[in-house]
Amino acid sequence: MNAPQLPPDSVGIVEAKKATFTEPLPLKGGAVLPEFELVYETYGELNAARSNAVLVCHALNASHHVAGRYAEDPASIGWWDNLVGPGKPLDTRKFFVLGSNYIGSCFGSTGPASLNRATGRPWGADFPVVTVEDWVAAQARLADHLGIERFAAAIGGSLGAMQALQWTLSFPERIRHSIVIAATPKLSAQNIAFNEVARQAIMTDPDFHGGHYYEKGVVPRRGLRIARMIGHITYLSNDAMMEKFGRLLRNKAGFGFDFDIDFEIESYLRYQADKFADYFDANTYLRITKALDYYDPAAAHEGDLAAALAPAKASFLVVSFTSDWRFTPSSSRAIVRALLDNRRIVSYLEIDAPHGHDAFLMDDPRYFGALRAYFDNIVR
Amino acid sequence: MNAEQRALLAARPDLVAIARWVAPGARVLDLGCGDGALLKYLWQEKGAYGYGVEIEDASVLACVRNDVNVLQLDLESGLSAFRDGSFDCVILSETLQAIRHTEELMREMLRVGHEAIVSFPNFGHWQARLQVALGRMPVSKELPYPWYDTPNVHLCTLEDFADLCRRLGVKILERLVLDRGHAVNLLPNLRGSLAVFRLGRAAP
Repeated sequence: MNAPQLPPDSVGIVEAKKATFTEPLPLKGGAVLPEFELVYETYGELNAARSNAVLVCHALNASHHVAGRYAEDPASIGWWDNLVGPGKPLDTRKFFVLGSNYIGSCFGSTGPASLNRATGRPWGADFPVVTVEDWVAAQARLADHLGIERFAAAIGGSLGAMQALQWTLSFPERIRHSIVIAATPKLSAQNIAFNEVARQAIMTDPDFHGGHYYEKGVVPRRGLRIARMIGHITYLSNDAMMEKFGRLLRNKAGFGFDFDIDFEIESYLRYQADKFADYFDANTYLRITKALDYYDPAAAHEGDLAAALAPAKASFLVVSFTSDWRFTPSSSRAIVRALLDNRRIVSYLEIDAPHGHDAFLMDDPRYFGALRAYFDNIVR
Repeated sequence: MNAEQRALLAARPDLVAIARWVAPGARVLDLGCGDGALLKYLWQEKGAYGYGVEIEDASVLACVRNDVNVLQLDLESGLSAFRDGSFDCVILSETLQAIRHTEELMREMLRVGHEAIVSFPNFGHWQARLQVALGRMPVSKELPYPWYDTPNVHLCTLEDFADLCRRLGVKILERLVLDRGHAVNLLPNLRGSLAVFRLGRAAP
């Protein structure tokens, strides 16, 4: 059987690459990573002036596999394939697009499941808690490795947006534009509470073994499943859920009067949870939620976000979605206000979309139209 | 001036006055900025730089296309995104009549800007008065909407606006009244169809 033809605006068959860094990486938490690897993918060509590179930063459960698909798996479409490709808003005929993974991930970069040379065993629970700042520092090494002195832009949604923002603070000279989507400059108490429930679900799973479950040959699946269910609920709006599932029953005959699946939403959550537990690592999940909780650039400036964003030199496009109750438009407006206080170049879009936090992954014509126009102006 | 700019100024005579009153290199905030044409013009012709505020999706997208800084915010909830005195000039061109919280916005404009420029259709124009006298709601080039389908909620005359400025302690620095693109000096509240005011904070 032949593989299905890829559409002409796809970047096509892609391969992940891996870069190794032997110089130790000091982390914000005080630990030092003696060496590390980062996996990444690239699409398009770096121009002679090396001025057309765009960094795509991924969020919690995505990876460096942004666009295209792998040769061996027709279903392995990149997570932002609707954005990136020849003729798409982030046009790979004009830009050299870099999808970078981060340290602590379970998708091939150095993380909790990697071998700790000091012990000869997987890092497991001993892998340090990493931060958004650490991720950006590691990505800067990758940029050096690829010969990218300065990115035309960094773009990301949610946790990816935190990286796109942090790039402008950690390396102001190395980034011309930052596209910050469905973002927050810090998590709210409610956000942290959801993350803590997810962590508790994982850490109280009997198969967790204090994080050293690799050696036991088990996976804390139950905890991961519940963590994913909680996360998933917060990515969708109530309206979007009602639209998609409402109170639809799995069995049209009526309630089962037991604790099996009655409602379609239950079935959906269980399916998402199973899928997630098959590919995601619990130790990674713990660390990423901590990185989210810790991110707060204003904290070092007595809560003054404007002071925190003062080093930024980039131009900004900030986008929020009205139905996003996880990272609300008011969180994005706080970023905009701080940028205005610093007289930065900034545009702000508040898209009236019903999908909740996940709206940043949808190709709403207003949202994608603006991204296309913005990228067209960058390249001009 | 390029063809695009000439077309813009022909279509919106108030923009000529606004552009003349904006100092070179000024920091400007354009409220209800549409597709950002005025901001682009002020940047290209005067090196005046700033941001537009707009609520309509299509206009916001047009601003991004025009490479104009645009902020998708609702003017009715005030200008809390902007610090006191952070702009040399705040512009509200042909938008005043569609604002609900008029007094609040006027105060806000002169909080964040040292000066404000406001243009609006003059409801005191003789054509409007005639139409009302004949028992009809006015419809004209400046007021093109039928009464049942109009964004306009606060129409006023030159004198009404001057009253509001006095009430709010706003100083009228300059005034230009236009009809079909030409300045009107004689009987402006009767003969002018469009008014442009340059406003400042009253001395404390």
